[in-house]
Amino acid sequence: MNQGDIAWMLTATALVLLMTPALAFFYGGLVRGKNALNTMMMSFVALGFVGVLWALAGYSLALSPGGPFVGGLSHVLLRGVTLEASGAIPHLLFMAFQGTFAIITAALISGAIVERMRFSAYLVFISLWMLTVYAPVAHWVWAADGWLYNWGALDFAGGTVVHINAGVAAFVAALVLGPRKDYARQAFLPHNVPFTLLGAGLLWFGWFGFNGGSALGANTSAALAFVTTMLAPAATLVVWTLLDLVRNRKATAVGAATAIVVGLVAITPAAGHVSPISAILLGGIAAVPSYYALLFRVRTRLDDSLDVVAAHGLGGMVGALLTGVFSEKAWSGVADGLLFGNPGQLWIQTAAVLATIVYSAAVSFTLLKVIGAVMPLRALASEEALGLDVSQHGEEAYAEGDGAILVLPDRETPTAPAFASATAQGGRS
Amino acid sequence: MKLVVAIVRPERLNAVLEELYKADVQGLTITRVQGHGGEREQVETYRGMTVKMELSEKVRLDIGVSNHFVEPTVKAILKAAHTGSVGDGKIFVLPVEKVYRIRTGEQDEAAVTPVGVPAHG
Repeated sequence: MNQGDIAWMLTATALVLLMTPALAFFYGGLVRGKNALNTMMMSFVALGFVGVLWALAGYSLALSPGGPFVGGLSHVLLRGVTLEASGAIPHLLFMAFQGTFAIITAALISGAIVERMRFSAYLVFISLWMLTVYAPVAHWVWAADGWLYNWGALDFAGGTVVHINAGVAAFVAALVLGPRKDYARQAFLPHNVPFTLLGAGLLWFGWFGFNGGSALGANTSAALAFVTTMLAPAATLVVWTLLDLVRNRKATAVGAATAIVVGLVAITPAAGHVSPISAILLGGIAAVPSYYALLFRVRTRLDDSLDVVAAHGLGGMVGALLTGVFSEKAWSGVADGLLFGNPGQLWIQTAAVLATIVYSAAVSFTLLKVIGAVMPLRALASEEALGLDVSQHGEEAYAEGDGAILVLPDRETPTAPAFASATAQGGRS
Repeated sequence: MKLVVAIVRPERLNAVLEELYKADVQGLTITRVQGHGGEREQVETYRGMTVKMELSEKVRLDIGVSNHFVEPTVKAILKAAHTGSVGDGKIFVLPVEKVYRIRTGEQDEAAVTPVGVPAHG
């Protein structure tokens, strides 16, 4: 092990961890003010629940030696996860780096069910989802004995594992939970677009660790992944802005934030496999399907509220498939794609995408049905109307404080304001 | 006494305040309000969802004045709030039954006359 590799991977791990709070801002800005805290908390709690579960069992199920479909239990409770080398870095650091991916993947799903899902049901869902969906799919693609890995599927930083996986789970969750009250009858506007832009910016920053770190060392592959992560979203942003200008004559800010995320998602599986110019093409192409999917989705009954399917599901699929087109051995030293004389790679990529879709959809659906049989998945209609900040968390994002009466700890009932009791007495006399 | 209630464009508020200051109108209350007065709706787009903003932002001024002050007040607002497009707003003049100044308990004319200015009959 050398200090350069360890230093970069420590940094990359922190960068990816930051993406989950960034996602909280991205999503938080897109909802109504009465649900801002709830939406942001759905990302933040993943840091805790998924983070702890990853160390206890998730890491072992995902990345310890096992079968082709799931890892074993040899690393449960971090047994055998020591400071010994795993590749170029300490095994323990590798575990932490991978943990940050599990956290954000679970948090991504929340975008489809915001403004209506009960918080406790959400906690149960993402915890079980990480163990039963994320960990096995990560094993398929990244573990040395995973079936897609051995088949030669290319997924540099998690296009299938993270984005298609979360996108499909989001689709299923939106379907099972049903649309928000008043969906398609009332316009739900983003309450803080600057938050969304802030989130998009921080996601891009963190993504340098996500993709650059997936080289698992401070090496030339990390440099390639870093640069493609800069160029692809830039191209997506350009194409998206032009599409906006042609369609509406106005370049929207929410659109720009979305474009950046779509470009990042699309380059994720390809980051260390394609040339920088291919990254620009890939990012530009990826804008088109997601752009039109967003326009189409709002006309349907599918209330994927923050468009996880269009941005992550579709963006992930386009990226995974284009990885099979643009991969270039001359740059990555791994494999060529369709354009470089290896059409077979595209079929492997297609199979990997389909397998992820089918497995994620089936297990996510089952999980939600099982949880739904034990506890209500949705907040009451009255709680939804009031806003989930107050009903689920007992807090407001933007409290004015006017009219708030302090409940003293030694009294059981709140003190009525003086004028109210005076009026009541006056009324009786 | 009268209560002058004016609904004006937010972007004209500073001009209105300046004009009222010139007209020596000193006591007023402003509120940010939303309303609809026949102007064209503003169209906004969020990820392919197009919405018409039917209510537009306005500012409401409440000014309690003595009778001889009504005309200069109204004139000042008419002059400063005017742009000529639909949506410039309205001015309502309402009769007022009673006015009290909370600090001193003064009533009516005395209550709407700025401190240091003798009340007109």
